[in-house]
Amino acid sequence: MASDPLHQFQINPVVELPKIGGLDISLTNSAAFMIAATVLATGLLVMGMRGRALVPGRLQSVAELLYEFIAGMVRENAGAEARKYFPFVFSIFTFILFGNLLGMIPGAFTFTSHIIVTFALAAVVFLFVTILALVKHGLHFFSFFFPAGAPIALAPLIIPIEIISYLSRPVSLSIRLFANMMAGHTMLKVFAGFTVSMGAAMGAAGYAFGFVPVLLNVALVGFEILVAFMQAYVFTILTCIYIRDAIELH
Amino acid sequence: MTEDRPPPSLDEIEARLREANRGVPLARNDRDPAGGGDPDGGQRGALGFAFRVGVDLVAALAVGVGGGMLLDRWLGTAPWGLIVMFFLGAGAGVVNVYRTVNGLGYAVGYVQPEAREDGKSKAPPSGDERR
Repeated sequence: MASDPLHQFQINPVVELPKIGGLDISLTNSAAFMIAATVLATGLLVMGMRGRALVPGRLQSVAELLYEFIAGMVRENAGAEARKYFPFVFSIFTFILFGNLLGMIPGAFTFTSHIIVTFALAAVVFLFVTILALVKHGLHFFSFFFPAGAPIALAPLIIPIEIISYLSRPVSLSIRLFANMMAGHTMLKVFAGFTVSMGAAMGAAGYAFGFVPVLLNVALVGFEILVAFMQAYVFTILTCIYIRDAIELH
Repeated sequence: MTEDRPPPSLDEIEARLREANRGVPLARNDRDPAGGGDPDGGQRGALGFAFRVGVDLVAALAVGVGGGMLLDRWLGTAPWGLIVMFFLGAGAGVVNVYRTVNGLGYAVGYVQPEAREDGKSKAPPSGDERR
């Protein structure tokens, strides 16, 4: 069981709570790590900015860096008009980033490796962007689904395809994040398991060469941290691009 | 040459910082589109790109098939909803891939490629021209 690479994705209740109306509302390890991510992100910003020093200290530098990184991303990818939605984008980014990074702590649970979590995030983005476009442009929004100047005879083919393409955005957004996180963590566990199975299969020689997968794992951990940043970045930048589309409506 | 002056007041420093900060976004704007300094600025290596395209293709297909099955259950038209929506989903997947590969991004809906080309080369400000 210990060498089961998928065991790490199991959801277990941490605090058992009574069922309400048939719903199990126990606090799971997934929920606990979500709370931890939120608390840590909030803590970093609140504690970091407490000093309000002109010359920032370490914590304040991190907080400012985070803020300016997302502010720049919103400005460049979503346009100046999207500035009001910065808090939304920033929350999404920090939540995913902290979720990914917390998952890199050995033994921790990675909540972004569950598609239901990433899909919920993507669905929030999708609904937000769609409602934004509807509010801003009203029924003109539906001109999205038919290209200007296309022959009208093609409408029955193009409109469903465009609608499916539009609806596939949250799916691909969530699959990308979830697949990357799950694949990475599974790979780490599989490589770590090699050491054990080599020892079991080949005895002393196996144990002697058991360090090779461990070395590889060191590199993989570094790579996974990169992926943790990158996937949070990709998710956020796509959110920005969607927001720009909703605002501008070509 | 500043050694002779008394140490600047906080207000002065603040003003200078603001000045310096105003330059930063400009510099960043200039650098990014050209160098692609960001890890996912659209050129993150072939593997990442392949993964992106693959996910786009499959996601649209999954939406099509899932939607088709839901339609069938709702209207009782099995298997026609599934069959029709499968092909529409496949088409949407190809459209997604076409957009990604041509650098049209994930823009909503559909725009004449030429119009998008203009907007694509230069970053955000072009949005106003396009409207």
